[in-house]
Amino acid sequence: MLILSVETSCDETSAAVIQDGNKILSNIVASQINSHQRFGGVVPEIASRHHVEYITLIIEEAMKEAEVDFDDLDGVAVTEGPGLVGALLVGVNAAKAIAFAHNLPLIPVNHIAGHIYANQLMEPLEFPLLALVVSGGHTELIYMKEHGSFEVIGETRDDAAGEAYDKIGRVIGVPYPGGKHIDEMAQVGEDTFDFPRAMIHEDNYDFSFSGLKSSFINTVHNANQKGETLDKNNLAASFQNAVVEVLVDKTIRAAKEYEVKQVMLAGGVAANTGLREGLKEAVAEELEGVQLVIPPLSLTGDNAAMIGAAAFLDREEPQNIDLALNAQPGLMLNLV
Amino acid sequence: MKILAFDSSNEPLSVAVVDQEKILTEQTLNIKRNHSIQLMPAIEEALRQAQITLADIDRIAVASGPGSYTGLRIAATVAKSLAWAQDIELVGVSSLKVLAANSYPEKDGLIVPLFDARRQNIYTGLYTRDEAGTLQQKTPDTHLAAAEWAEYLKGQTGTIELVGQDAPAFLETFQEELGDRVHLAPAIQNVPRASALAFLAQHEEPTPTHTFTPTYLKLAEAEENWLEANPDHKGEDWVEKI
Repeated sequence: MLILSVETSCDETSAAVIQDGNKILSNIVASQINSHQRFGGVVPEIASRHHVEYITLIIEEAMKEAEVDFDDLDGVAVTEGPGLVGALLVGVNAAKAIAFAHNLPLIPVNHIAGHIYANQLMEPLEFPLLALVVSGGHTELIYMKEHGSFEVIGETRDDAAGEAYDKIGRVIGVPYPGGKHIDEMAQVGEDTFDFPRAMIHEDNYDFSFSGLKSSFINTVHNANQKGETLDKNNLAASFQNAVVEVLVDKTIRAAKEYEVKQVMLAGGVAANTGLREGLKEAVAEELEGVQLVIPPLSLTGDNAAMIGAAAFLDREEPQNIDLALNAQPGLMLNLV
Repeated sequence: MKILAFDSSNEPLSVAVVDQEKILTEQTLNIKRNHSIQLMPAIEEALRQAQITLADIDRIAVASGPGSYTGLRIAATVAKSLAWAQDIELVGVSSLKVLAANSYPEKDGLIVPLFDARRQNIYTGLYTRDEAGTLQQKTPDTHLAAAEWAEYLKGQTGTIELVGQDAPAFLETFQEELGDRVHLAPAIQNVPRASALAFLAQHEEPTPTHTFTPTYLKLAEAEENWLEANPDHKGEDWVEKI
């Protein structure tokens, strides 16, 4: 079973060929980050334009690298949402056209499900499982009792974790996107500021990062007004510790309550060293017999391989080509 | 030569299949709907009506812009994806030229197709028909203030026919400069027809598929501002494989 998959939900144009939902034959990712860095964040219109420039080239490259032809394919999968509507539209329309041209089943995939299923490219999923999805747009704890079943048991009430990183990155003066730089600085610094761990003691699995962000910004501004210079590495380490502690703490609590067999990390912030290490330590200490799956760095950011992995979900269902498929910028995970 | 042609550059959506001099099928929708939902089903339906398959198509013709950014991207993405997936020639034709192709003015008359570009701006161009009746483009398509275009047209000789659904809203602006030299095209000429696009595409050279992009005629606002602040940086490739 070979799936050609396409992902264009934000600022990466990506195409992949995935075998049986768990083997990557190719995974081509064209990043627009150099373009959006000029503006300090993703500009939707510019992202959409870049996607049109590269879409067929990237798909062709994915098929060449996988050494497959249209006749070898069993379906075309595409991210239908959530994401930027103009960006999603490029992938959706390319996938529809290719599916139509070669009479292939068309499989719409939820981007968040894709991030979770990126882990299936490493390890078979074992249920029930708990996934911590953290990215520039999402911070969610998702419980899965079986394939295709997603229950959001906790989510951010304001900023996504990655969004908070980008915002304080601007204050501290690192290039967009801030996460990678803050993470590097945090490795050198120490937690000396003791920023608030929002909602850590509350009896739910929700998150909040806007208070932490404000506290960070106020600390920096107050110091500036007094003419003091704060240690940027310590600021980064203090911020990162506050984020990681809450994420890890709630993940461990939820894993215990729901008695899961697997805990997995997913999304762009899964590349964060502090979070990866923090979760590894906590799972080893507190969750006996629970397997932790963390995707390799190449699968943490947006990529089409994860969409191909999640597309395998529907293998038992008869597939039609729904040529009226549209982008769904606010698509929710199906709550089963 | 069999051509599959489509135009979703603005509110109307038109799809046609043309074989040499014969229009096999044409459908034009002119109601506010979603082109992303409608374009592919309309293409499937057009091929079915024409009783051919995509593999029988020799050339894909697409209205390349200007127009609504989203509409342009949907058509361009579908066009280049179909063309690449079935190894079919691709031709992009100005969406203003497609609209101008509806117009047959009196001798030496000027054809001015236009789309509303908001804030009193328009996308427009200047076309004529030669002795043989063939459409000729006189100036490059452009994006500018309607009043500025009216002033430019004052320096041109001949009657002026404004073509397009958005034209009536700008008639007054043009009349201020041009008086009764300017008039609106009859309603039947105001909606682009994909068959006209196909006939225009018969005489154009195919374009490389992978690098085909819409002709927006306008940079994204953020890009415009950035280029103003960084005049030395032009034509860089901002996207990289990782």
